[in-house]
Amino acid sequence: MNYLKVLFNGIVKENPTFVLLLGMCPTLGTTSSALNGMSMGLATMAVLIFSNLIISLIKNLIPDMVRIPAFIVVIASLVTVLQMLIKAYAPEVDKSLGLFIPLIVVNCIILGRAEAFAAKNNPVASVLDGVGMGLGFTIALTLLGAVREILGTGHVFGVELFSENYGALVFVLAPGAFIALGYLIAVINKIRG
Amino acid sequence: MKKLQSTWYNMVIVLTLICAIASGVLAYVNNKTQGPINAINQKNLEDGIRKVLGDDKVAIPEPEKLEDGTLIYRTEKGVAVQSVDPLNASFGGGLTVLTGFDTDGNIKGYTILKTAETPGLGAKADTWFQEGERGCIIGMNPSKNKMAVTKDGGEVDAITASTITSRAFLRAVNAAFHAAFGGDVDVCTNASAQQKSDEGATEQVNN
Amino acid sequence: MGSLTQSMNKLIISLSPHVHGGDSVQKNMYGVCLALVPALAASLAFFGVGAAAVLATSVLSCVFFEWAIAKFLLKTERCTICDGSAILTGLLLGFNLPSNLPIWIVLIGALVAIGIGKMTFGGLGCNPFNPALVGRVFLLISFPVQMTTWPEPGQLTAMGADAVTAATPLGLLAAGRIDEIPGATDLLLGNVGGSLGEVSALALLLGLAFMLWKKIITWHIPISILSTVAVFTGVLYLIDPTTYVNPLVHLLGGGMILGACYMATDYVTSPMTRKGQIIYGCSIGFLTVVIRLWGAYPEGMSFAILIMNAFTPLINTYCKPKRFGEMAKKGGKK
Repeated sequence: MNYLKVLFNGIVKENPTFVLLLGMCPTLGTTSSALNGMSMGLATMAVLIFSNLIISLIKNLIPDMVRIPAFIVVIASLVTVLQMLIKAYAPEVDKSLGLFIPLIVVNCIILGRAEAFAAKNNPVASVLDGVGMGLGFTIALTLLGAVREILGTGHVFGVELFSENYGALVFVLAPGAFIALGYLIAVINKIRG
Repeated sequence: MKKLQSTWYNMVIVLTLICAIASGVLAYVNNKTQGPINAINQKNLEDGIRKVLGDDKVAIPEPEKLEDGTLIYRTEKGVAVQSVDPLNASFGGGLTVLTGFDTDGNIKGYTILKTAETPGLGAKADTWFQEGERGCIIGMNPSKNKMAVTKDGGEVDAITASTITSRAFLRAVNAAFHAAFGGDVDVCTNASAQQKSDEGATEQVNN
Repeated sequence: MGSLTQSMNKLIISLSPHVHGGDSVQKNMYGVCLALVPALAASLAFFGVGAAAVLATSVLSCVFFEWAIAKFLLKTERCTICDGSAILTGLLLGFNLPSNLPIWIVLIGALVAIGIGKMTFGGLGCNPFNPALVGRVFLLISFPVQMTTWPEPGQLTAMGADAVTAATPLGLLAAGRIDEIPGATDLLLGNVGGSLGEVSALALLLGLAFMLWKKIITWHIPISILSTVAVFTGVLYLIDPTTYVNPLVHLLGGGMILGACYMATDYVTSPMTRKGQIIYGCSIGFLTVVIRLWGAYPEGMSFAILIMNAFTPLINTYCKPKRFGEMAKKGGKK
């Protein structure tokens, strides 16, 4: 198995947001700014790596018929642990992302990768898949967040590009998320050929 | 290792084991993080109270708790009140505000403790009503000033395109004032409630 | 079989060449534009230079964006800007904007209307939503301050931010200041604050009469919208005249007539059958009143039309015209 290929698979070829269209709820909900998008992507990546690792380690212990509940328990526990750790040791992150962290549980990328990859592959490949998919997700969310933030407020990562008075508010709101995501996917499909 | 078969016996054992391990881990982490989390919450609250009262060193007493969850901290530099929008009708819901008053009921400062308002719109409430901003409420007194948005006949400029959030915010501030200084709070109609409670509040304060 | 041959006799089927009815996209589009002339004149009379600037920008930029997108992005052979649909979109978009709107916002509106509302889906005939309304709603959500600052009518030379602003009748209604709402005559003529094309109900109704006479549209959509609104607000008015206003204010105020006659009747985005059009019209009327009375926005016409645009394919599915002979077959089975 080519580990490098597994790693890059998630970033470009099977990018979870732009190609697989997985995890749309956090993609649309949390990307009102580039920073929010990136933080959500990184938090998801952390959960994804650990859930892939654990599930690939215990995959042979889990009978097929109860694999989904078992995966969910593992993922939900990981998210809860992550939430408590962030609350205790990174209160600043908690302030901006606290609301979204419990949402990682229902992010279908995590269950999807557990089912499609980690349950069939060895731990090393699974961790790499988690890193790749997580990075792909983070890049996509940061990109979408940046587009929405620039068009909506004229800022990105705290840098002012133009006055906020010229920003189209709709991009900060939900309809703008759909519009921006649609056009981003179109552009990326065009680039990928 | 061969994969376990999906027999009743295997499934029950495996699920029970996974749940037991998961809950064990959660209990352990919870135990370890509870202390720091409480400390941070306490520190945030104390920082907030000191910020809204404009005094870095004031001692913070135990709060008075009201039935609706409002917390009143009476310090020697003034009163800080943690209150929610009594109608819970802000855009995202659950708007919680900490307002500082001096002993006469003039607003010294405020900070938003919990908000789910729209970024770029309602979330601006954090800065919009501060000193020097368009919707400044610092120095106003709910018993003397009409603390409602101009659209409802009040004195406060609402956040641009976020009247709903502005109304909820002002309801929370008014509720804070009435919790600390008395007065009858009829929150259903902001404008009329204002007039009614204004009189009551003035009397209470004068006593 | 007997009935079939009988009805066959009524249809004259001949070999080609057939006589063309003369109906074409161009003819209908320019017909609607012509019907908008009275309203255009009224808007120029009330808002002067500001209205002219907004309308000119809107029409020119809509045509330009359609040409540019078709040529450089879609690379289509046939040029579609001559069919008049982009001009009409530009006119309607301009009619939906306040006359003191900064020009750069008008440009964004035109780009969104043509780019997102129309060309993304493949151009005329493929767009599920009315392009002019897509542009307007995008601007309304994006620039709420500029889009809801209406100039007072009668300032003929004022442009941009110089104009003195006035509240719209529906704005007054939403703020609960019912007594300040202007009378029916002012609403009919258009001497009130509002988007530049929506203020004069009389001019818009003239255009409606023209379109009905020329058979550009049928009566079903406008009449079902207006009558639903009249009945709904009329009942509320009878129940409690102190909180709800006279149905005339709802009918003549805001974008009601502009929307009902010119926006909801867009061929591409409205249902095909008569029955479907009436369902569509009644739903628009109902949604508009609900949004106006209980929603966060004072005006609900554009949202109601866009929502029903989305339902149009569904309405078309359930209101298919009966295929020739279909009734007889069903009857035969029973």
